[in-house]
Amino acid sequence: MMSVLQGERGASQVQVVTAGPAVSLRGVTKRFGTAPNVLEDVSLEVAEGEFLCILGASGCGKSTLLGLVADLDQPTSGSVEVRGGKPSLMFQEPALFPWLTARENVELALRLTGAGKKERRARACDLLALVRLKDAGDKRVHELSGGMRQRVAMARSLAQDSHVLLMDEPFAALDAITRDVLHEELVRIRESQKLTVLFVTHNVREAVRLGDRVVLLSSRPGRVVQQYAVDIGQPRRIESPEVSHLSVAITEDLRTEIRRHGGHS
Amino acid sequence: MTVQATDDLAELEAGLDALETERTQKTSRVRVWWAATWPPLLFVGALIGFWQLVFNAHLQPSYRFPSPGQTLTSLRDEWDSGDLQKAVWNSVRRGGLGFLASLAIGTPLGLLVGRVKSVRRAVGPILSGLQSLPSVAWVPAAVLWFGTSDKTIYFVVLLGAVPSIANGMISGLDQVPPLFLRVGRVLGARGLASARHVLLPAALPGYVGGLRQGWAFSWRSLMAAELISRTPELGLGVGQLLDQSREASDIAGVIAGIFTILVIGIAIELCLFAPLERRVLRRRGLLAATV
Repeated sequence: MMSVLQGERGASQVQVVTAGPAVSLRGVTKRFGTAPNVLEDVSLEVAEGEFLCILGASGCGKSTLLGLVADLDQPTSGSVEVRGGKPSLMFQEPALFPWLTARENVELALRLTGAGKKERRARACDLLALVRLKDAGDKRVHELSGGMRQRVAMARSLAQDSHVLLMDEPFAALDAITRDVLHEELVRIRESQKLTVLFVTHNVREAVRLGDRVVLLSSRPGRVVQQYAVDIGQPRRIESPEVSHLSVAITEDLRTEIRRHGGHS
Repeated sequence: MTVQATDDLAELEAGLDALETERTQKTSRVRVWWAATWPPLLFVGALIGFWQLVFNAHLQPSYRFPSPGQTLTSLRDEWDSGDLQKAVWNSVRRGGLGFLASLAIGTPLGLLVGRVKSVRRAVGPILSGLQSLPSVAWVPAAVLWFGTSDKTIYFVVLLGAVPSIANGMISGLDQVPPLFLRVGRVLGARGLASARHVLLPAALPGYVGGLRQGWAFSWRSLMAAELISRTPELGLGVGQLLDQSREASDIAGVIAGIFTILVIGIAIELCLFAPLERRVLRRRGLLAATV
């Protein structure tokens, strides 16, 4: 039996700690109102600098889980700890503010962390250069392609100066070619910025392409079913035999999980 | 990652960005302006031509149906006597002041109703109901309360425009995508910072629409008030000028008055509100680059 740390219902907040894993969830259960549990007894640790992919079908509470880590919501019971401050969060939609230019979007994030005007400008330019959008700073959001928008969103997330980056299916709405390029970009930036990444997806290959470790969640309620270490060196390619091999095995487990919901058991 | 691989990725990305960004062609401003201007001018010209034709057919005696020329003469007479300039200035000033006052009241009211649930439940339906009540209905009450003073006019204008502006603000707030507020929270914007950097800019398009409608309502209400309450103390407005012509059974003067009201309304719409709205929408990519 696993021991569950009971938090006071509704009052447990994300705790900021200074030692240990970058993110740790202990016995986290979440339900909304009187509905059945969305997440049930989820315990996870993400090590400093680790790239962890959370994989699951619809209804596994992936987004709910990220919301808990980002402190947008509180767990019904259990505890969530994040090391070194508030994590940044990227969504499937870039959700850039259309009344600002690309650079102003990044600058706003800096401003909300309390940075001064000059510093904001310089840092925003650096961050845009990091995602290779140095010359697109003055463009408006609608003038950028989907991939460029998501890169601006990445720069905006990095502007929060958090070492933990949470990503909620950030590439799901992009075409395959752009997604492939952004995978490579994310791996590069994560290395250079020494980020800890918690990446949620329903795409098995994407999870294997990116993660150091893949965690499979069941659906309704979301529970940790299986974990896989990905021992393939970067740079990886999504179409490589090693990635495919592990993906096939994980897909098999995922399907078994999904079948349980068909009522044929 | 090796330097070579990084360079390759950079080039790949640059190529992809170039392919996926639309190339915008710049059309000259004069051309855009001309393309937007000649169709309505042509239409107005045709309308005046048609008017002249009907006049030439002598369907009605000219004291009931004036020609375009007679109307123009009447306008010129009013201009020469100085009445027209005085009336236009008075009305535009009243309309402008009334609009600014409505702005100052309608904006916070809209914010309050839009953001506070209990207030919304209580005040919301009445506010949208007020919008469908013609503000001219308030004129008799206003005359009894304030006599025939400027107060009467401003009272009627306020009751016309405040609900429009407040409702514009409310619908602007309602249209803010919840995701923007979530992103704001992730970025650390709470309370006032969230309102200033996320909520208000996101609500701007709806609000500007409300301003536009608010102006139309203030102008309409003002004309109604001026037409009904005509006394020497109030001074001359376009509405009063129009009513003077009616009393003198001067049909050309009446038509000239109607035109004056229409032209002022169109001019302010074209010079102030249309560009404002276009600018807000274009910045957000909600409007095609060319007209």
